[in-house]
Amino acid sequence: MGQSGMGDRMTTILAIDTSAGTSVAIVRDGEVLSEHSIDEIRRHAEVVGDLIVRCLSDAGITAADITDVVAGRGPGPFTGLRVGIAAAIAFAVGRTIPLHGVVSHDAVAWGRAEPCTVVTDARRREIAVSSYAAGGVAHRVAGPTLTTNDELATVADLADYPECRADTISAAALALRAEAGLRLGIDFSDHRAIYLRAPDAVPSAGPKKVLS
Amino acid sequence: MPVTEPLVLGIETSCDETGVGIVRGRTLLANVIASSMDEHAVFGGVVPEIAARAHVEALQSTIEQALHDADVTVEDLDAIAVTAGPGLAGALMVGVGAAKALAVAANKPLYGVNHLVGHVGADVLRADGTDIELPTVALLVSGGHTSLLVVRDLVDDVQMLGETIDDAAGEAFDKVARLLGLPYPGGPHIDRVAADGDPRAIAFPRGLTLPKDMAKHRYDFSFSGLKTSVARFVETAQAAGHDVDVADVAASFREAVADVLVRKAVAACQAYDVPRLLLGGGVAANARVRELAEERCAAAGIELRVPPLSLCTDNGAMIAALGAHLVARGIAPSALDFPVDSTLPVSTVQV
Repeated sequence: MGQSGMGDRMTTILAIDTSAGTSVAIVRDGEVLSEHSIDEIRRHAEVVGDLIVRCLSDAGITAADITDVVAGRGPGPFTGLRVGIAAAIAFAVGRTIPLHGVVSHDAVAWGRAEPCTVVTDARRREIAVSSYAAGGVAHRVAGPTLTTNDELATVADLADYPECRADTISAAALALRAEAGLRLGIDFSDHRAIYLRAPDAVPSAGPKKVLS
Repeated sequence: MPVTEPLVLGIETSCDETGVGIVRGRTLLANVIASSMDEHAVFGGVVPEIAARAHVEALQSTIEQALHDADVTVEDLDAIAVTAGPGLAGALMVGVGAAKALAVAANKPLYGVNHLVGHVGADVLRADGTDIELPTVALLVSGGHTSLLVVRDLVDDVQMLGETIDDAAGEAFDKVARLLGLPYPGGPHIDRVAADGDPRAIAFPRGLTLPKDMAKHRYDFSFSGLKTSVARFVETAQAAGHDVDVADVAASFREAVADVLVRKAVAACQAYDVPRLLLGGGVAANARVRELAEERCAAAGIELRVPPLSLCTDNGAMIAALGAHLVARGIAPSALDFPVDSTLPVSTVQV
């Protein structure tokens, strides 16, 4: 058995990513059995169930055939991002199978021949960036982190590679990256969301005065 | 043929409690709750983003613990139920996303249900095995809701009589506690210090009870003016260099809230000729609210029901109970593509 417990076990991976739109895919042995995505950024909780059903149906398998679940950890807008992670957790609990977390940017770098810096929108005039020293294996050397378009060129490690801007994330690429990584014994056990920002809230400064 | 005693798992994430419960028909098997309340304390109220983050963190352990407590597996379930609204949108989405994936993973029907009707559904889970009696008026009071309903049928006849037009009652407790230098959440602390105070010491206003309000807002509530009135009283006393009698202020404030809540609930029972009142939501834990409800219901010949506190505050068992009720009645499950609805009306029991 490999370090991660994967070894040569044949996996059938269900991957769910809601860091941009909603993307769901099923991958087995390097092959994408099915993938369905909806790019709309406000309907994650609506569509995630149907997308899983369609992927199972197109792959010609049932939920019982899934051996592993992969959750895209973001970064991405928080409200949507959580839906996919919650769905991945629940599916894994429901089938008592392993859950793995993969940085969503890895899916963009995956399969690209060249090194790159993945850039996604982080709202509030900021961008989320991760750098990959080599394509193909999605070897992340920096990030994900927040910066601005103006500052990107000045940040060491991030500025060294050609930019690759993405506004969609493919769950199939995420699953392929996980499958290959698991075979190499990479640890994907952390499936927590990557928020990169603390919640907007300021501690109470005491009661407001009502008398002027 | 509908299953008469369906085994249902319910998921509730509409506010700051991650609740997962399991029921078999009218029998409670598990009621696991993880609360992010402590994380909100420094902010003086629930921060939606913090609540939503906490839901994701708590999901796995709450589902697993509930299955363990009930000694069942996901395969054993007849259905899954989840709160579709009303509530905080980002928080609701965590539960709904999870419930959908769990339903697909286990190949079980899914019921998206109304949170407020779930509070009424909690009374299905009576420890003595008796049936919920309908119709009933339900007064649901928490940090997020202050609603007065008349429920004639849990599946298809729930009517909103009135609700708060500004702050929820629980929110008023939190804000007044802060004025008085008491910790969050305010309810239990106000209760504690009010025990030594005189509820008649200060005549704080009873919102929406004047004749001019009764035409339009007979069963609605308003606590914003009351909170401001307490603030004025405290600031005026402080400006004059007087010590504020915290016990008297707390007791008088609590009395004003309890009085309005119970007065309107009893009036609704009488106007609709419904001799039953169900109390739900976290504020049902408030000693004075319960006491006054007991007194006035007894005097008016109204039967008062207050489920155990663990079923009054937000929980997954009440959602499971409502789901089980829908299954037992042969109601079809929800389509898998339902959205969350942060303002879901009570007339929509199931989405």
